Amino acid sequence: MDQFILQILNGLDKGSAYALIALGLTLIFGTLGVVNFAHGALFMLGAFVAVTLSKILTLSHKVVDETRTDFLGNPLQVDVPYVYDFFGEGVGDLLIDWSVPLSILAAIPIMIAIGFIMERGLIKHFYKRPHADQILVTFGLAIVIQEIVKYFYGANPIPTPAPEAFVGSFDFGVLLGFDPNAIIYPYWRLVYFFFSMIIIAGVFAFLQFTTFGMVVRAGMADRETVGILGIDIDKRFTMMFGIAAAVAGLAGVMYAPINSPNYHMGMDFLVLSFVVVVVGGMGSLPGAVAAGFLLGILESFASMSAVIDLLPGINQIIIYLVAIIILLTRPRGLMGRKGVMEE
Amino acid sequence: MLGLEKKDFRLLLIVIGLTLFAPFLLNPFPEGSELAQFNAGYPDLMQRFVIFGIFAIGFNILFGLTGYLSFGHAAFLGVGSYAAVWMFKLLSMNVLPAIFLSVIIAGLFSLIIGYVSLRRSGIYFSILTLAFAQMSFALAYSVLTPITGGETGLQLALSDPRIFGEAQTATGNIPVPALFGLEMRSSLEWDVGGWLFTFNAGYYLAAFFMIVAFYLAIRIFRSPFGMMLRAIKSNQTRMAYTGLNARPYTLAAFVISGMYAGLAGGLMASMDPLAGAERMQWTASGEVVLMTILGGAGTLIGPVLGAGMIKYFENIFSKINSTILHDWFAFLPDGLEDIVVAMIYPFIGKGWHLTLGIMFMLVVIFLPGGLVQGGQKLAGLFSRKKAEDNTKSSATEPAE
Amino acid sequence: MGILEVKGINKRFGGLQALGDVNLSVAENTTHAIIGPNGAGKSTLLNVLVGKLIPDSGSVMFDGQSVLGRKPHEINQMGISRVFQTPEIFADLTVMENVMIPCFAKRDGAFRMHAIESIFSEKSIRQQADAILDDVNMTEKSNMLASSLSRGDKRRLEMAMCLVQDPKLLLLDEPTAGMARADTQNTIALLKEIRAKRGITMAIIEHDMNVVFSLAERITVLAQGTPLVEDIPEKIKGHPKVREAYLGEAQV
Repeated sequence: MDQFILQILNGLDKGSAYALIALGLTLIFGTLGVVNFAHGALFMLGAFVAVTLSKILTLSHKVVDETRTDFLGNPLQVDVPYVYDFFGEGVGDLLIDWSVPLSILAAIPIMIAIGFIMERGLIKHFYKRPHADQILVTFGLAIVIQEIVKYFYGANPIPTPAPEAFVGSFDFGVLLGFDPNAIIYPYWRLVYFFFSMIIIAGVFAFLQFTTFGMVVRAGMADRETVGILGIDIDKRFTMMFGIAAAVAGLAGVMYAPINSPNYHMGMDFLVLSFVVVVVGGMGSLPGAVAAGFLLGILESFASMSAVIDLLPGINQIIIYLVAIIILLTRPRGLMGRKGVMEE
Repeated sequence: MLGLEKKDFRLLLIVIGLTLFAPFLLNPFPEGSELAQFNAGYPDLMQRFVIFGIFAIGFNILFGLTGYLSFGHAAFLGVGSYAAVWMFKLLSMNVLPAIFLSVIIAGLFSLIIGYVSLRRSGIYFSILTLAFAQMSFALAYSVLTPITGGETGLQLALSDPRIFGEAQTATGNIPVPALFGLEMRSSLEWDVGGWLFTFNAGYYLAAFFMIVAFYLAIRIFRSPFGMMLRAIKSNQTRMAYTGLNARPYTLAAFVISGMYAGLAGGLMASMDPLAGAERMQWTASGEVVLMTILGGAGTLIGPVLGAGMIKYFENIFSKINSTILHDWFAFLPDGLEDIVVAMIYPFIGKGWHLTLGIMFMLVVIFLPGGLVQGGQKLAGLFSRKKAEDNTKSSATEPAE
Repeated sequence: MGILEVKGINKRFGGLQALGDVNLSVAENTTHAIIGPNGAGKSTLLNVLVGKLIPDSGSVMFDGQSVLGRKPHEINQMGISRVFQTPEIFADLTVMENVMIPCFAKRDGAFRMHAIESIFSEKSIRQQADAILDDVNMTEKSNMLASSLSRGDKRRLEMAMCLVQDPKLLLLDEPTAGMARADTQNTIALLKEIRAKRGITMAIIEHDMNVVFSLAERITVLAQGTPLVEDIPEKIKGHPKVREAYLGEAQV
């Protein structure tokens, strides 16, 4: 039983990332009808917003510390971050420590802006082109974004720690009445899960309860009719692209402490996220979220040593295997609508 | 000639000429000269040109004709490599049986994957092929280690049986792949003036296979079968209501392109007898997509050009560093020199992927026919009158 | 005994009875029109005939063989060709290639691996294609891309693609839908000519009464998924039940 809960918990953080990326992909696909292979790059950009902010906060200048000397007896030079100068040492430290959560504030406008530029500058010219062309041009864009990031940040992963308060793990099992040490779970992963739940709930609430969201949902169901009503659906769809980009970016920001960001992390996630979208059903938002968590948890169960002993290698292929089976038996995925992408 | 129309035959002759004289054409600069770093006429790279050319020609038969975008073709190349290395381990170091088996195994493998994947079309097909390829990669990397060598890859060993050959050479080394005694790595070098030309046995074997592969591709393009494949891309509804079953046609195209990939994989292993799982990864599949589309999907010569270009970028263009750039722009005033170098630098040398990505996007946006179409457009600008005369006749034939 | 015998076809979509006990017999060498107001089940019936839909019960016999459960390409190979409401052609191929493909389908069946032969050496196929293009007056357009044709020419091309297969039955789904008057007249003329020259059995689903009465030799009227009457055009014109079906819809 404790093993069971542990695996579910382990699957949650990856599942959250899958769900958030797949949610954005589905928003873009459902509203604009575009298959966006650059969506993983947006996730990666989000992570690098966190990297950049923590770099900016730790920018420092040299100050000679008269009270200390180095081993030659000269006065010691120490790096003092500029934030110390502005806010004092205490607040400065706090800012540096909390740089990842702070990046959320920066990431929202940045990612929405990037989404706008992408949609207006490139994607809108591809609405009427075949899906293969959309895949190819966004694939090219993903390479370009990736290479730009690589140029500025190098090829190596950049460790970006979570705030100290969330470093380390806690004994989750004891809370549930299991033996101590049965279920040890890192704090940050739990934070990530709750964070993604909030975002997902936010997106759904936005679509459900605002007029903007209602129009977008109507547009997803039947674009032409909404157009006839005299509503400028295109502008709203552009906005949705920005929101989808922001969702991917936020998923990336908060994922930075879990896996040190590198320039190709987007591609790695993209492939799996596409599988998630297809399993959930192209164009279905609840499907994307459900499939994201489902596959994340399945993957974690498949990594249990008992399972691997029984079916060697299953942990490596479980997601693909599930995708293949679902695609062949239920071409519309778990919750897909009729007629989506069925050429 | 050889069952080809005049125009196609001329194209074939050009390709034969280019591959035969590649050691000269790719080494235009004398040894030791400043531009010698742009010489691509060394065996390793020339082999890669033609082997990836074969891979892309095959991919184009599927994607260029039917429009089915596979993101998993590298799996067949990888399987071909493994098959060839196993032949070296078990049978002998002769490359012919190895290449033969790699084509057969890749064909069978693509038959299975194609049969399942082609039950869906559009993006679902792409995702299915991607999933299969990633699965193959993951399995080759982990569970199938006894067959694939896992992380280290599949390598030859002194203890291999090689029942029709020798387990080890007289000097106690592992023998090298050869064609009836002609070692693949052996080269003739010709030093003339300041130039050094290398004629490598492995390159010429691979080039021979590429010419055959190219010839077969022309035949397929100009056959009723090829026309059916283009019809599938154009309108599947009409296809069905014309009494044609699209599934076996696409499956045949899939298997043919899988066999081309297997041939490429077998040749790769023949040049350097080892095979690793990373050859099957989806990024490798993405590379052949880039090659084909950059050169011109659906055109005959495009994929070969695309493959050559990407491999040239990867191996030559990527070696330009900032020192070299500063040398080039030394004639500019100092400040300006730095600015120019700083502006160009991100796009070349290690940044070649960026240039590639930008070029690829431009091609997808503006030139659906790839660089071949770009070339034709340019040629059309220079001889507009001639082009106008030709439009009527050129419309009959699919693009070259 | 007609070449096409439809007996007791029923088809429900959820709660909706799309087809209820449809019987239809198309005699060889006639032009048979199927008419009816919107929602009468004409399209559903057509989709059953070409294998796109499988009915809940009943039988469809064509030329002595059952059609049910066969795929569209198999039904075409039995000798049924279909013309669509909006022409379905191979837009990226040339006009010549468009008509060569059905010739290959007729000669080689649903699939043949002729990957090494050259299309240029297929003399007899070319002759057939040339002949049919000549028939529909499109010879000089044979090297154009099909996508660049005018709408009327696309319709002619699609017709040529069906005719070159020499079908035993030609199904036409509103062949003049959305056409200008002149185009409609041209199409009527073309169909009449085909009928006279080739003696092909035709079944037309049509909205436009003008077209129906200029072409049909027999008419079946469908209403709410069931055949109302079947007779020669002269009798249909004044038939009270037909009036009721068409007008009743408007009055209610």
